[in-house]
Amino acid sequence: MMSPAERLIYMANQIARNFEAQGPATAAQATADHIALFWDPRMRAHILEILAAGGDGLSPLAAEAVRLLHARQGAARAG
Amino acid sequence: MGFDAEPDLGAPPVRGEAPMVIATIDGRPVTVPAGTSVMRAAALAGGSIPKLCATDSLQPFGSCRLCLVEIEGRAGYPASCTTPVADGMVVHTQTERLKTLRKGVMELYISDHPLDCLTCAANGDCELQDMAGAVGLREVRYGEGASHGALPCDDSNPYFDFDPSKCIVCSRCVRACDEVQGTFALTIGGRGFGSKVMASQDQDFLSSECVSCGACVQACPTATLTEKSVIEIGTPERAVVTTCAYCGVGCTFRAEMRGEELVRMVPWKEGKANHGHSCVKGRFAWGYANHAERILEPMIRASTADPWRVVSWDEAIAHTAAEFRRIQARYGAAAVGGITSSRCTNEETFLVQKLIRQGFGVNNVDTCARVCHSPTGYGLKTTFGTSAGTQDFDSVEAADVIVVIGANPTDGHPVFASRMKRRLRQGAKLIVIDPRRIDLVRSPHVEAAHHLPLRPGTNVAVLTAMAHVIVTEGLANEAYVRERCDWDEFQDWAAFVAEPSRSPEATEPLTGVPAQTLRAAARLYATGGNAAIYYGLGVTEHSQGSSTVMAIANLAMATGNIGREGVGVNPLRGQNNVQGACDMGSFPHEFSGYRHVSDDAVRGQFEAAWGATLSAEPGLRIPNMLDAAVDGIFKALFIQGEDILQSDPNTHHVAEGLAAMECVVVHDLFLNETASYAHVFLPGSTFLEKDGTFTNAERRIQRVRKVMSPRNGFADWEIVQLLANALGLDWRYEHPSQVMDEIARLTPTFAGVSYAGLDAHGSLQWPANAAAPEGTPVMHVDHFVRGKGRFVVTDYVPTDEKTGPRFPLLLTTGRILSQYNVGAQTRRTDNVVWHPEDLLEIHPHDAEQRGVRDGGWVSLKSRAGETTLRATVTDRVAPGVVYTTFHHPQTQANVVTTDYSDWATNCPEYKVTAVQVSPSNGPSDWQTAYRQLTEASRRVEAEIPGAAE
Ligand code: SF4
Ligand code: SF4
Ligand code: SF4
Ligand code: FES
Repeated sequence: MMSPAERLIYMANQIARNFEAQGPATAAQATADHIALFWDPRMRAHILEILAAGGDGLSPLAAEAVRLLHARQGAARAG
Repeated sequence: MGFDAEPDLGAPPVRGEAPMVIATIDGRPVTVPAGTSVMRAAALAGGSIPKLCATDSLQPFGSCRLCLVEIEGRAGYPASCTTPVADGMVVHTQTERLKTLRKGVMELYISDHPLDCLTCAANGDCELQDMAGAVGLREVRYGEGASHGALPCDDSNPYFDFDPSKCIVCSRCVRACDEVQGTFALTIGGRGFGSKVMASQDQDFLSSECVSCGACVQACPTATLTEKSVIEIGTPERAVVTTCAYCGVGCTFRAEMRGEELVRMVPWKEGKANHGHSCVKGRFAWGYANHAERILEPMIRASTADPWRVVSWDEAIAHTAAEFRRIQARYGAAAVGGITSSRCTNEETFLVQKLIRQGFGVNNVDTCARVCHSPTGYGLKTTFGTSAGTQDFDSVEAADVIVVIGANPTDGHPVFASRMKRRLRQGAKLIVIDPRRIDLVRSPHVEAAHHLPLRPGTNVAVLTAMAHVIVTEGLANEAYVRERCDWDEFQDWAAFVAEPSRSPEATEPLTGVPAQTLRAAARLYATGGNAAIYYGLGVTEHSQGSSTVMAIANLAMATGNIGREGVGVNPLRGQNNVQGACDMGSFPHEFSGYRHVSDDAVRGQFEAAWGATLSAEPGLRIPNMLDAAVDGIFKALFIQGEDILQSDPNTHHVAEGLAAMECVVVHDLFLNETASYAHVFLPGSTFLEKDGTFTNAERRIQRVRKVMSPRNGFADWEIVQLLANALGLDWRYEHPSQVMDEIARLTPTFAGVSYAGLDAHGSLQWPANAAAPEGTPVMHVDHFVRGKGRFVVTDYVPTDEKTGPRFPLLLTTGRILSQYNVGAQTRRTDNVVWHPEDLLEIHPHDAEQRGVRDGGWVSLKSRAGETTLRATVTDRVAPGVVYTTFHHPQTQANVVTTDYSDWATNCPEYKVTAVQVSPSNGPSDWQTAYRQLTEASRRVEAEIPGAAE
């Protein structure tokens, strides 16, 4: 059975994989949007921590999406 | 509402448009559509012509000769049921000659009929008795002779008796089974005096093909076919119209009562979803309301290891409120949440999500739709702009091509299946896309043009291959797409699906669907006229559920099959109010009407109405709640009317999550499987005991009406209100209609809905508001709700649940007609005679390889767990695929399902699990341990006198 961190990584990768056919730029945005819309704050914080710790296990597209999410949250906080 | 049998106009209305004609019947002018029978016209004019073999749910047959009339200018005495009205026709229904003729007919019938009217169960509710009176029969001149009086009664069906001694061989039952139900289980065998009604090959009803829908019982004019409940209790004295609480078809019934006792449920002819038809569940399986195992008093316990302690309502509510407040104080606001029920009313569901958002200050609310149709919500909102099906059920009557994907309507949505079968008998073409050879593929007088027996998990590949054929063969409806959809997105999509790797030939090795069959099906869908897609959980319950829904929407848009009668994309919803539960804001990211919690304007309206600050952050979904519980940060859960331990995937994980919580509240009728892990049990009320509304799969909002007092003391909405007020909220609802008024104020698509409006219209399909005061039967008529229809590229991403040497077979799960979902209700009725246990269907080839015998016990094992059940060896499933249902807790098929889920919504992947099957001779360790656990956890402390005060 997956650990909670493994499950979040799995979910992020799975979302990214399903958007992949839309091309890398759109797919990363769409994945970030999806996580922002549907994940609760704790899950989002957790995936950001995973990225900050090196993002082991995240696919390149999922990692890019989490980076976008991070940038957006930073922007939101700054704004 | 007093008791009045529903009027019977004797013959059905004329279908479609027809010019009006005027006739004179017994001196009264009457205007009707051409083609209307004289009998119906006479009834519409306020008269009534004696009849026996005719009824308005069936096509006229003309056999009894009781309905004779005289028509000026015509010779003889034509049967009014089979004679259409002509313009200027002058009809006499009561003449001396007619009276004599009718008396003669009646005399013959009565001479071979037992004259025990006073003790007959149908006394007062028998058309033969009524007609004898209507024709003024006073004596019977024929003496003792051969009669059918000695024929034995067939009482094999648990719900109705067949007493052939009372049969007048009018064949209404046979025609009801053929025309209305479409099962063709009955025939009239023999000739002349020897004619008799036979079930299947002259079998008893139970062992025949009869599916116990009750249509024949309803059609029978005598006491030959009679509900056992009428025989036991007596004829009803009042009737209340209400809505079935089982499936998403949403049949309406007349609950026929004697005092507070329900005598029978009779499908309501005015019901817009069912038009007077029913299935065995809604019609007969309501006895669970009085089952001995129903819990009527609240109970609490400190630990799930303790026995339950019966307490007063006051104590139970105060305890629950105190626990939630304690847990929030200790672990944070987000440590609690709730689950709404698709079995409860809209009003109750709305109140539960309100309790969580307003009372607990979090959005941790989810609903059982998570595990069935959440991908429908996501997929249809993304492509069309609305999280709901596009049509009403009546639309199927205008369909030329019907595609059924991952659904088994004859079992899951039986009343709609009967409508669909009728349309197929009229000539519409059928395409079935399903791993199993479901009944629709070939049943009496219905045969699918194409069956695509795909490998479980390859839906997206199959639908994309269909799109490939449509695009590359130039079958797309370009004019429609240009006008209605985003053209650039269409072109991206078309280029994607046109790639050779997505052709039927290239994907055949993967999907198992012969390329030529797939091509033929795609051509038929695109070019066969009005094409309608109906789909079920075989679409949604996959790791690509949302993609499949969008792939379906793409196909419909590309061929112009959205926005009018006869076409559309139609999710067949599982539970009675799953549409409503979704509409009412049961998802953690949405308020009612599918508006995101981060939308400041919308949230502002709710904050103003509720006088509370609401969270702008999406909350936890059910699987996330369980994960968070295992993580130690989610501690309390309020569960209304759902049994997540049995219904949700990977039972071990659910059990682990529940066991990690400090306060689990189960609000239900029975100590369900989840209650083994609960600390508080709040007894629920049945749909017969409360007022409210349900919304069916066609977005139709229908009234649920209280016909008896709640045996547990309160309707469920009252219990939620008690809890809310114990938490310090100031709710003052006196009736669910006030909750609906609040829903209407806060939800634009419901703005025009009220109980008064529902009473006036019978039902309303949302959106019902100023723009659509009568509701909306067909959506996206001139434009899509989102503006331009959106094509979404749906890449086929295989599931990570893979077969291999250890688990070489694919398990897929489903349901059967007589049982409902986890079976909590249907298992507590006589429906168990049809399905006493879950069985594993396995192909003969796979069975032989494993030494599995038909009827033998087998172990079913996956990476997640193991269970045992008995096998049925059948070629309904393809080699490599096994199938079972999940209605019985002893089997717990979800012990073996995994926690893979839909990428977009986390809807579990019930339909694909890699398994191994091997002969077995006893229950799995888990089953043994589980039985012990449930036995221990259902103990109730012996009552100490006075302790409850
Ligand atoms: S109950 Fe339904 S299926 Fe059975 S014989 Fe009657 S009409 Fe046919
Ligand atoms: S069983 Fe009832 S409906 Fe059927 S033929 Fe006999 S009397 Fe008519
Ligand atoms: S279970 Fe479904 S089909 Fe059967 S009576 Fe109820 S609503 Fe109708
Ligand atoms: S009712 Fe017309 S022939 Fe029987």
